[in-house]
Amino acid sequence: MYPSSFDLTVARSVAEATAALSEGGEDARILAGGQSLIPMMKLRFAFPSLLVDINEIAELASLERQNGELRVGATVRHADVAASDLAFGAVAAAAPWVADPLVRNRGTLVGSVAHCDPEGDWNSVLLATGATVQIAGADGSERSIPITELIVGPFTNSLGEGEMLTAVHVPVPSGASGGAYLKLERKVGDYATVGVATHLELDEDGRISSAGIALTSVAPSNLKATEAESVLIGESPSGELFAEAASLTADAAEPRSDIRGTAEWKRNVVRVYTRRGLEQALSQARSS
Amino acid sequence: MTAAQTLSTPPEIGGIGHSVPRQEDARLIEGQGNFLDDISLPGMLHMAIHRSPVAHARIRGVNTEAAAAVPGVVAVVTGELMAQHNLAWMPTLSGDTQAVLATDKVRYQGQEVACVIASDPYTAADAAALVEVDYDVLDPVTSPQQSLADGAPLIRDEKEGQTDNLVYTWESGDSDATDAAFDSAARVVSLETHYPRSHPAPLETCGIVADINSVTGQATLYMTSQAPHAHRTLFALVAGLPEQNIRIISPDIGGGFGNKVPIYPGYVVATAASLLLGTPVKWIESRTDNLISTGFGRDYHMRGELALSEDGRILALRADVLSDQGAFYSDAQPSKLRAGLFHVVTGSYDFPSAHVTCRGAFTNKAPGGVAYRCSFRITEASYLIERLVQNAAYEIGEDPADFRLRNFIKPEQFPYTTPTGFVYDSGDYHTAMRKAMDEVDYTALRAEQAEARAEGRLIGIGVAHFTEAVGAGPSRTFDIAGLKMFDSAELRVHPTGKAILKLGVKTQGQGHETTFAQIVANELGIPVTDIKVVHGDTDHTPYGLGTYGSRSTPTGGAATAMVSRKLADKSRKIAAHLLEAAEADLDFSAGVFSVRGTPDRSVTIQDVAFAAYTNMPEGVEHGLEGSYYYDPPNLTFPYGSYIVVVEVDAETGVWKVDRMVALDDCGVRINPMIVEGQIQGGLTEGFAKSSMQWITFDEDGNCIGSNFMDYLVPTAWETPRFELLETCVPSPHHPIGAKGVGESATVGSPAAFVNAVIDALAHLGVRNIDMPVLPDRVWAALQSAGGGVG
Ligand SMILES: Cc1cc2nc3c(=O)[nH]c(=O)nc-3n(C[C@H](O)[C@H](O)[C@H](O)COP(=O)(O)OP(=O)(O)OC[C@H]3O[C@@H](n4cnc5c(N)ncnc54)[C@H](O)[C@@H]3O)c2cc1C
Repeated sequence: MYPSSFDLTVARSVAEATAALSEGGEDARILAGGQSLIPMMKLRFAFPSLLVDINEIAELASLERQNGELRVGATVRHADVAASDLAFGAVAAAAPWVADPLVRNRGTLVGSVAHCDPEGDWNSVLLATGATVQIAGADGSERSIPITELIVGPFTNSLGEGEMLTAVHVPVPSGASGGAYLKLERKVGDYATVGVATHLELDEDGRISSAGIALTSVAPSNLKATEAESVLIGESPSGELFAEAASLTADAAEPRSDIRGTAEWKRNVVRVYTRRGLEQALSQARSS
Repeated sequence: MTAAQTLSTPPEIGGIGHSVPRQEDARLIEGQGNFLDDISLPGMLHMAIHRSPVAHARIRGVNTEAAAAVPGVVAVVTGELMAQHNLAWMPTLSGDTQAVLATDKVRYQGQEVACVIASDPYTAADAAALVEVDYDVLDPVTSPQQSLADGAPLIRDEKEGQTDNLVYTWESGDSDATDAAFDSAARVVSLETHYPRSHPAPLETCGIVADINSVTGQATLYMTSQAPHAHRTLFALVAGLPEQNIRIISPDIGGGFGNKVPIYPGYVVATAASLLLGTPVKWIESRTDNLISTGFGRDYHMRGELALSEDGRILALRADVLSDQGAFYSDAQPSKLRAGLFHVVTGSYDFPSAHVTCRGAFTNKAPGGVAYRCSFRITEASYLIERLVQNAAYEIGEDPADFRLRNFIKPEQFPYTTPTGFVYDSGDYHTAMRKAMDEVDYTALRAEQAEARAEGRLIGIGVAHFTEAVGAGPSRTFDIAGLKMFDSAELRVHPTGKAILKLGVKTQGQGHETTFAQIVANELGIPVTDIKVVHGDTDHTPYGLGTYGSRSTPTGGAATAMVSRKLADKSRKIAAHLLEAAEADLDFSAGVFSVRGTPDRSVTIQDVAFAAYTNMPEGVEHGLEGSYYYDPPNLTFPYGSYIVVVEVDAETGVWKVDRMVALDDCGVRINPMIVEGQIQGGLTEGFAKSSMQWITFDEDGNCIGSNFMDYLVPTAWETPRFELLETCVPSPHHPIGAKGVGESATVGSPAAFVNAVIDALAHLGVRNIDMPVLPDRVWAALQSAGGGVG
């Protein structure tokens, strides 16, 4: 499989990268891990005229905790997240489920976020944990927006021309918290048939103070189950409560029948996995 | 070494029964293999194929201008150009014709329409994308049922006399006797199931480097071929090239599994292009090319029925098949057997009558019907009978293992003639199955299952006992495109006692370079490491039909043993001369001839070899070499007992294998390690097909399964651990008692996995879930049986 021809620029700084991007115009693309972009080029689904390689930009490589947030730089690999003690809750749970070991060694969390593939795992985790993304513009500007504002639709983000993501920030809960990522896949390296990210924070009385639920592969974009989240908040966890939240989540999903299974069954899996995910998040929170 | 086998050579010689490390591995592991895409010749051009995006359409026109204008493009080949050379169509292996490049219509998505020859593969791919084809899209036929229904679009309108989409009808067995048995039956069980279309998906895709010398006419074709000699003859017959000028070299092959038996359009166009351009032309398929256009396996819609007596004996079997053949009928199958060996469908059971009918239907799908790691449709047969037998046991409320043990062919009945005319060579099914049952502690397992059910957990125990039929010939029954199936070996022992063995069969990873050397080592006592095995080059090997259908050991292995014995006979003469003894007074063991009674008077096979060139007895021809063409008297019939334990998640339908015990009896094992490797691989493929792997099509005829994200090949991660067992009942007619084994596990295991899932749900009345047994299908079955949770 041979891609059509393209130019390649290796950027040494964020400024260089954004400049190259804006010069390259609409057909210029960032090259991060290349694990989504290169296959698309080889299948001739994507024909970028210019690739801006950001892998040499040192400042993008850091994975750290600062100001109560987990900061994941734009060239941090899935494997780095999987191996890190800094990751927690749903982030730590999801990392080993992304793709396969080879892809995890190259692919980046931020690249996955930018790619906005509704079958990508990370955006569900970020929706459930309330993450924000850091954006750099060609004029040297920097801004930060919630993940909800980045995801526009399938394979579409809200970045403007000449803009790139530099990092993702995930808030680190201060109190008792837990999270899970349950993924039904057909084999290792498969995209999710159904993926469910859950996140719970408990107050001192053991009530749910914050809740996040988001879904992979069962809607045109990763889907935040806001209604289900809101029935959880302020309540004491119980089997019934989780069952209700799970039902609401299943109702919110928009699965489609395909080679992986029927829509009806997928909706059922969403329900089952949401309940199980909440149970796991709760037991993690209670032991944290 | 197996319990039943004794070693006749020490490890230094490494004859039969030794797990000799594979001689070919060092080269392959250290990157010193030579695969097709490693071959690069001076001036070589590259070919890319433009394929149809639609499943069924009339071609109004092909515009190659833009493609031809790309710098670096040397030629654009269309069907029209091929037609000028009478090569727009070619024969298939089953007597049909297949378009090389489409001229009138395209008949499946991915069909070859035009080829671009260019300076490099990137340019060729760029230009191939620029070929413009004007299609008048027609209604596609996407199932064999639709194909044979009234008013279906006629797919093969170019075929004279073809007025519908029926490819063939075929039957076997005795319909009257079978009807009578069904009339008198106490009970009848039936099963309708689809064995889905699958693809051999060798990791190395197909390819060719065609190099035709414009002066000498010598055609050297480097091809990914499982059957180089047969391909040479077919090239000679089809393209009219003189056969002595055709040399097919099949280099290291990265898996074949039946996919590299047919001749594909790409081979033909690349060869024609090399002839016309006078330069070597290389064509290597992409993964998608391979999956959407080359030989698929299976795709049988089957209905089976068993007639049962009051006391739980099988009286008769009926089977009816509707085969989805795709757009061209190109099964890689003996010409007398339209449904291959499907009529081995009576399996491991003793009953008097059976009747099998089969219809083939054209559809707008890729052609194929290759024996994907199986002996000509026997996989479908084995699957059907093993699923049916399981259901029969449920029907009469008996344990499926007990039901089998009662109905098995008994050891004393071998050789056993089946109702469809096969003569099984040897076996002891009862011992095999009991050994597998003991290994899993079957009785305890059933108790565990009952306890789990009481707690609402779904555990299933699946049993399958397959009998395979492998090793074609005999040549009186078996042929490929008219070429009779036997095989050959040529053995030459050099003066220093080192040997070179040349084979008509061709490895694709099975380990021939080791196994076949071990046969020689066993017969002559020459160490394995002193024997070079040559195969795959038609200029340098004797004629043979190639490797597929588990036939290498039954045919080529037998030929190797026989030629070795020929040389042993001659060696005995030479040894007698050297020892000044009578031939009859010599013992021969592990490469040493000694005079009976005075063992210190001896010579080695190496001494004999040297003498063959330096010190021959009067009147004996010099040299120590020979050849043997072996036509087997019968197939060999390996078998096995497989038991799978699964647990099903009642909430989601997801199932997991807890245990898999596989007992195989393939007669004498030449290299136990290699045999186990074959079984492990076959079990993995069986697991894949039962759980995740299929090629399907949407209503427009678009192929779903065109890459490895959609067509799933399991990795070590999800593949269960397999526990292997064995028994050894040698084949009575094979020179070393061996039976083929390369495909047993692919054939036998799918039914075991599926039966296990069905068994978990059987108490709810579930009797069938089609493969692949995807979790949504399991969940749906649970829902309709009322056994789902939530
Ligand atoms: C076999 C295989 C299996 C996979 N399975 C899964 C899976 O199970 N789950 C899953 O979530 N993913 C899966 N993936 C995708 C993988 O996670 C990718 O790594 C990820 O989607 C993209 O990250 P990347 O760094 O490789 O991005 P690239 O491929 O380099 O880029 C992807 C897109 O994002 C853009 N981009 C990248 N970085 C930035 C940035 N900093 N700013 C703006 N735009 C940017 C690029 O321009 C491009 O359009 C799989 C991939 C493969 C090949």
